[in-house]
Amino acid sequence: MRWVNRRIRRRQGILLGAIPLLALALTYLVIAASRHAANPNDKIFPIPGAMAEAMARLLFEPDQLSGRLLFWADTFASLQRLGLGLGISTLSALLVGLVLGALPPVRATFGPLVTGIAVIPPIALLPILFIAFGLGETSKVALIVIGIAPFMIRDIAAHVSALPQEQIAKAQTLGASSWQLMLRVALPQAMPRLIQAVRLSLGPAWVFLISAEAIASDIGLGYRIFLVRRYLSMEIILPYVAWIALLAVAMDILLVRSSRRLFPWAHGAAH
Amino acid sequence: MSALLSLQNVWVEYGEKIVLERVNLDIAAGSFVSIIGPSGAGKSSLLRIVLGQEAPTRGAMLLDGEPLTPECGPDRGVVFQRYSVFPHLTALGNTLFGLECEQAPFSARLFGARRRAAVAEAREMLAAVGLGDSADLYPAQMSGGMQQRLAIAQALVKRPRILLLDEPFGALDPGIRQDMHTLITRLWNEYALTVIMVTHDIREAFSLGTRVLTLDKRRHDPHAPHRFGATVVYDLPLSKRASAASTGGITIDTVDNN
Ligand SMILES: Nc1ncnc2c1ncn2[C@@H]1O[C@H](COP(=O)(O)OP(=O)(O)O)[C@@H](O)[C@H]1O
Ligand SMILES: [Mg+2]
Repeated sequence: MRWVNRRIRRRQGILLGAIPLLALALTYLVIAASRHAANPNDKIFPIPGAMAEAMARLLFEPDQLSGRLLFWADTFASLQRLGLGLGISTLSALLVGLVLGALPPVRATFGPLVTGIAVIPPIALLPILFIAFGLGETSKVALIVIGIAPFMIRDIAAHVSALPQEQIAKAQTLGASSWQLMLRVALPQAMPRLIQAVRLSLGPAWVFLISAEAIASDIGLGYRIFLVRRYLSMEIILPYVAWIALLAVAMDILLVRSSRRLFPWAHGAAH
Repeated sequence: MSALLSLQNVWVEYGEKIVLERVNLDIAAGSFVSIIGPSGAGKSSLLRIVLGQEAPTRGAMLLDGEPLTPECGPDRGVVFQRYSVFPHLTALGNTLFGLECEQAPFSARLFGARRRAAVAEAREMLAAVGLGDSADLYPAQMSGGMQQRLAIAQALVKRPRILLLDEPFGALDPGIRQDMHTLITRLWNEYALTVIMVTHDIREAFSLGTRVLTLDKRRHDPHAPHRFGATVVYDLPLSKRASAASTGGITIDTVDNN
């Protein structure tokens, strides 16, 4: 049978997907163990025991300076920044994207501005943000928003303006005003696309979050990684990276599930 | 009887290209007008300007003696070949939409007794097109024929003065198409509709219509084909509908020999 025709069942798929992950973990263990045998103080490939020990301190023992459980404080701070950035971006993408996509005069007026902002590399704006908003939370959230909102706005605007002309005409023959058309025709059809845009923006959002935390912060997952890098503390960096990956995957799954649940018509479900 | 819809010296041009020229047309209330013509003759363009999706380059259009605004409105209903229904609404939601827009300018949603009344009206309309049992289906769960039935129900719930159909059955299987012909004829009788239907199926044009119009170019410039537009070259009133099927064959030849 040709490979393009092979169908993978669900359980089979889970099994197949697990193979490379397990292989990677096994390779790591072999390397770590052999290096540990040669040099018990090796820092580059820490053995699982060392990771567990280091992480247990961050997870369960309050920090001597601040009295906080650092791992949880880092996670909370990062998720708060990420959530605020994503939330503001999503809301503005919906509002601005909808108006830009549905109303040609608004698109003609503000479309070029949005495109102009979108082509600026956001990191180049980070100094401006630090100068304008200081080194606190605002500039970190602002970096995420500037980094992903223009893309999301353009995506939603393009999606709305690409709705079939037939549908727009039909709505008007049914008596819809501009407002009713946006509210009842454009907005609901933009929603599944918005979730898709959030999913695609998650990766860049994490990049901007970690960058901002690495440059100026005193708490956060990115801050911790860059802090312990000075001591070559791979036993902390590796679990943190894995944790970030886990959080990102969980968010993605949550978004897919909610889209299927809230907008079944967009997924060809219930057939 | 004065005309319901009247087109006077209407021209449609896209840049250099003249698509329609000198179209003069009076359409009586209660008639079922079929429009045929070669592909690219401007049948859809004609329907679009009557619908108000586009403005004619020149000429006047009157509905009930009043000039038509170049904007779609609830006085003219439409069913396109595709994309006529909203994918995010159920059949009932699609049919309710016109009633909701009319009665709730701000929220475009109805509640309580007004919603119940609108739902009853929408369900009645769905039953009239044979979708009584499919009210809760989304368009993606419906066949092409069901979607076109829904598009018709959605338009008729607004009681339009005139119903415009652009190749509404063009994408359907022959058997389904036959059912749709029965349906549209029945609705045309029951609701006293005035219908303009563009089709590329000559048999359909003659079996459904009370009047068949043929759009084509009267003049050709072989070096600059865009210089001349199409206009109404044949205008055949069909008085006896029962004999339409038998005369159909003869008339097809006339059109082909043109
Ligand atoms: N928006 C447009 N811009 C330029 N040319 C157009 C446009 N719409 C239609 N045309 C041209 O007008 C002619 C008639 O098109 P149409 O009305 O769709 O024909 P029909 O429906 O009879 O097949 C075609 O040659 C087409 O290329
Ligand atoms: Mg056409």
